[in-house]
Amino acid sequence: MTSLSLVGLSHHVAPVELRERVALDVEAAAALARSVGDAVCLSTCNRTEVYVAGDDAAPAAGALERLAGEPLDGVLYRLHDEAAAVHLFRVAAGLDSLVPGEAEILGQVREALDAAEPGPLLGRVFRQALAVGKRVRAETAIGESPASVSSAAAALAAQVFGELEGRRVLLVGAGRIGALAAGNLASRGAEIAFVANRSPQAARRVADRFAGEAVGLDELPRALAAVDVVVASTGAPGVVLRAAEVPERRRRPLFFIDIAVPRDLDPAIGGLDGCFLYDIDDLEAVVAETLAGRRAEAARAEQLVAEEAERFRTWRASLDVVPAIASLRAYAEQIRAGELAKLGDRVSERERRTLESVTQQILNKLLHVPTVRLKEAAAGADGASYADAVRHLFGLDDG
Amino acid sequence: MVEALFWPAFLGYGEAALAYASARTSRAATWGVRLGWLAQTALLAAQAARAGGFPWTSWSGSLDLFVWLVVAAYLVWGCRPRFRLLGLAVMPPAAALFLVARLDGGIAAAGRARYSSVFLVLHVGFVLAAFAGFTLAAALASLYLWEEGRLKRRAPDILRLRLPPLQSLERLTRRTIAVSLPLLTLGLAAGIVRLREDGSPLDALEALTLATWALYGGVLLARPAGRRGAYLALGGFALVVVARLVLSAGHFA
Repeated sequence: MTSLSLVGLSHHVAPVELRERVALDVEAAAALARSVGDAVCLSTCNRTEVYVAGDDAAPAAGALERLAGEPLDGVLYRLHDEAAAVHLFRVAAGLDSLVPGEAEILGQVREALDAAEPGPLLGRVFRQALAVGKRVRAETAIGESPASVSSAAAALAAQVFGELEGRRVLLVGAGRIGALAAGNLASRGAEIAFVANRSPQAARRVADRFAGEAVGLDELPRALAAVDVVVASTGAPGVVLRAAEVPERRRRPLFFIDIAVPRDLDPAIGGLDGCFLYDIDDLEAVVAETLAGRRAEAARAEQLVAEEAERFRTWRASLDVVPAIASLRAYAEQIRAGELAKLGDRVSERERRTLESVTQQILNKLLHVPTVRLKEAAAGADGASYADAVRHLFGLDDG
Repeated sequence: MVEALFWPAFLGYGEAALAYASARTSRAATWGVRLGWLAQTALLAAQAARAGGFPWTSWSGSLDLFVWLVVAAYLVWGCRPRFRLLGLAVMPPAAALFLVARLDGGIAAAGRARYSSVFLVLHVGFVLAAFAGFTLAAALASLYLWEEGRLKRRAPDILRLRLPPLQSLERLTRRTIAVSLPLLTLGLAAGIVRLREDGSPLDALEALTLATWALYGGVLLARPAGRRGAYLALGGFALVVVARLVLSAGHFA
């Protein structure tokens, strides 16, 4: 029976300087997999792993060492059979990720599978891993909460407005962090309507990126009246917007995100009717809480992985008795066909078809229970002895 | 025999009231609501068939019907995974009121009323349906205030224990009131027509129900947003509670 091997390195054991040397895009990973035989290479920013059908993972390890440009003794981990499969299940479920439950890894596993041309064993293991990843995300809340400050800001805005489609955003400051938060809001459908900054050129540069309007800081009151979300991230030494400058809004809430240090927004804004204000500490507290929640959900996810590992074990064990079952069925079919052939021309074509059908049904019914019992026994410890008994009783030789 | 249907309904509602406490059992809670509501529907149908008309004119009988309408409104509007906490707000009182209705004889009461069934369906049925809607609107408004408070004080677990977005809760509250108010209008109109035919004066319940109608009508016209709208929905519900639990006894006596 073909075994499964894994060789690889990840963020657990390798620093980023090493990981970036062995990181491959999908095509290069697929090429590496082809170069070592029946294999799939999974390469992300946090890991590069080669799953091989067979005992010999040395060519794969050699390929990784060539990419790294140095021996990787002590860094590469090697796993076999069930341990390798369970590792892949945990990876696909996001349980081995830097941020538990992160969603990208499932797509990366799928891409690695699609790019490679795996044999039956690897194909089955990867398909099951994808199913495990989906099941974990469906049955636990491990991936539901944001894991970064910018995604938490967007999720909080959605908690106020629901869908962010069509919501207008004012970005105060043209720095990288603010643009990142704005990008997160834009990815949820929000419109970056204004970018306000002391430097008009910097404001225009960021506004052009989001197809928004660049405005000066003196135009904040006008912009505030027309938006739903404000993201502030200037490098100003003091408060940029005071509570008294916020126009009264009778019907529409206004959500403020202040990710600047020192803070750009007057804390009193949070006390205004219809206004919600989150500063960087608040956002980090929310992220810490959601990450704690993810870790709690990870325990449930591990249970699901354990269930899937059991299914994998059962499937692998059933392979032990497959040759015996195949021989038994072939033997029975040989007898059935031989006895039918002896009838020669003594029966009509119609009678022959009836006999074919009846004898086939008898055969299937007779062999159904032994087949099921053999597979059940294979899942336990005595599958091999059952298979030997069948071979002995029926005089089979399946090699 | 008919009364035996109380138990599956009560068990369903009771199970839902408990199971909504945890996200993991909320699916079982939703099934409890559905099965309980079906059992209560069968109970009400059996009561109506036995009475040959509209039998829920006693205080506890109308409470029985009121619970059914509240749960029906919840099933239509709020029986979704993200509204789990709405279930937690609605189902425990529904189960408790259902039990109160039984203890007061409302499940067994199925006597024929002295009014026609058409009038009772129009008047009692519509008023109770409207009250059920207002109850749901109050539960939604409570959720709004709670969620708004958490957002204001920047609760770190705001994304772990997630409610529907604030604006969805506000919109849903307003829509529930918008659906309920015409029902109350129809029910009140039927009652006023009957009152004029009888030449009777307004009693306290009728006056309070008119005040409730005026308050909710004002809410729909003025469309107050945010906390103000939620407080008004709760204020209207306080009038419903007084009307339903304090003043309704003896209205049809």
